[in-house]
Amino acid sequence: MSNEWPLWEVFIRGQHGMSHRHVGSLHAPDSEMAINNARDVYTRRNEGVSIWVVKAGDITASAPGEKGPLFEPANSKVYRHPTFFDIPDDVGRM
Amino acid sequence: MYAQEVKSTGKGVLSLEEMDPVERAFQEKVNAGVKIEPKDWMPEGYRKTLIRQISQHAHSEIVGQLPEGNWITRAPTLERKAILIAKVQDEAGHGLYLYCAAETLGVSRDQMTEQLLSGKAKYSSIFNYPTLTWADIGAIGWLVDGAAIMNQVPLQRCSFGPYSRAMIRVCKEESFHQRQGYDIMMKLCAGTLDQKAMAQDALDRWWWPSLMMFGPSDAQSVHSAQSLAWKIKQDTNDELRQKFVDQTVPQAKYLGLSVPDPDLKWNEEKGGHDFGEVDWEEFFQVVSGNGPCNADRMAARRKAWSDGEWFRDALMAHAEKHSADKVAAE
Repeated sequence: MSNEWPLWEVFIRGQHGMSHRHVGSLHAPDSEMAINNARDVYTRRNEGVSIWVVKAGDITASAPGEKGPLFEPANSKVYRHPTFFDIPDDVGRM
Repeated sequence: MYAQEVKSTGKGVLSLEEMDPVERAFQEKVNAGVKIEPKDWMPEGYRKTLIRQISQHAHSEIVGQLPEGNWITRAPTLERKAILIAKVQDEAGHGLYLYCAAETLGVSRDQMTEQLLSGKAKYSSIFNYPTLTWADIGAIGWLVDGAAIMNQVPLQRCSFGPYSRAMIRVCKEESFHQRQGYDIMMKLCAGTLDQKAMAQDALDRWWWPSLMMFGPSDAQSVHSAQSLAWKIKQDTNDELRQKFVDQTVPQAKYLGLSVPDPDLKWNEEKGGHDFGEVDWEEFFQVVSGNGPCNADRMAARRKAWSDGEWFRDALMAHAEKHSADKVAAE
């Protein structure tokens, strides 16, 4: 039981025009088999038109502990949202 | 349920005041309905309980292919055969979603496989009963998958993100399983007297084992209380069993079949059915390895694993050789 296949993360494009979304992971010996297995495991009901697989070990993730420094600065920048600005009705659609 | 005997390692449920600050922050997140993700801090007991529960659930999906696989070659029509293959393939998929969810907690796939094959890890008692007739395939879809759905719908709200997401996928697919089973039962019940008798026989044999799927009464279980507090579990075993009985009895009536329980009767006051006591002695015997098919199921899994070893190794060797070629060409 020592020769375990590596883990792959699977991304599926649901329909044309949408981006690929992470759907789960699976084990496979190489990328070609990972695509084949992903088809069987994650698209049995027409869920996708395209599959990406990435070796799980090749993904770098942000650390949960860095959540504050990374994401909190955006909280105070409310002017990045269009609703921050009051435009008079007379101006029309903007 | 699919994880009937999950023993958590907690020492009883602590109140927020008794917890240290890290654990309190964790519990407050759970209470607020925020999902816990694999890299977040979590109590060791939470991690262990989840690994046990999710891996038991995964093993149940995998072993659960065996009783139904038994009828693929003998399905009565080509259409029924195609449907049954699709269903069994779904069970394999469900097992894989769940194994991946468990792996995010730091246990490897091979470790889980090893625990199943050595008999250390459990799987649902229901899969240790034989499928003697085609009607059993109907009864399994209707009752066993029906009970599974009853349990899995609330698990979609489980506090652990990867388990919750796996359950959402599983539930989307599971409804087909129950309906195809009921469809088989409807056909049999509208058929000859012999066919209807076959359907009744299947209900007689699968009714009680289906009720056992929810696990023993958890009124006195400290493990269950901890799992509820951690929102790994949302309902008690007894609540889910009651819901299942109330949902299923009218469905049996529609088929013109009788539920094999002399104590079953409608209780107006509680707005639910009263029903007889499950034979827990039988349940514990089956869970501890002495059911009618435990030995067969484990033998089939061990054979599949050892027969496939050369193939797994060959694919890995091919992949390694191929990647060495690629490096050399660069």
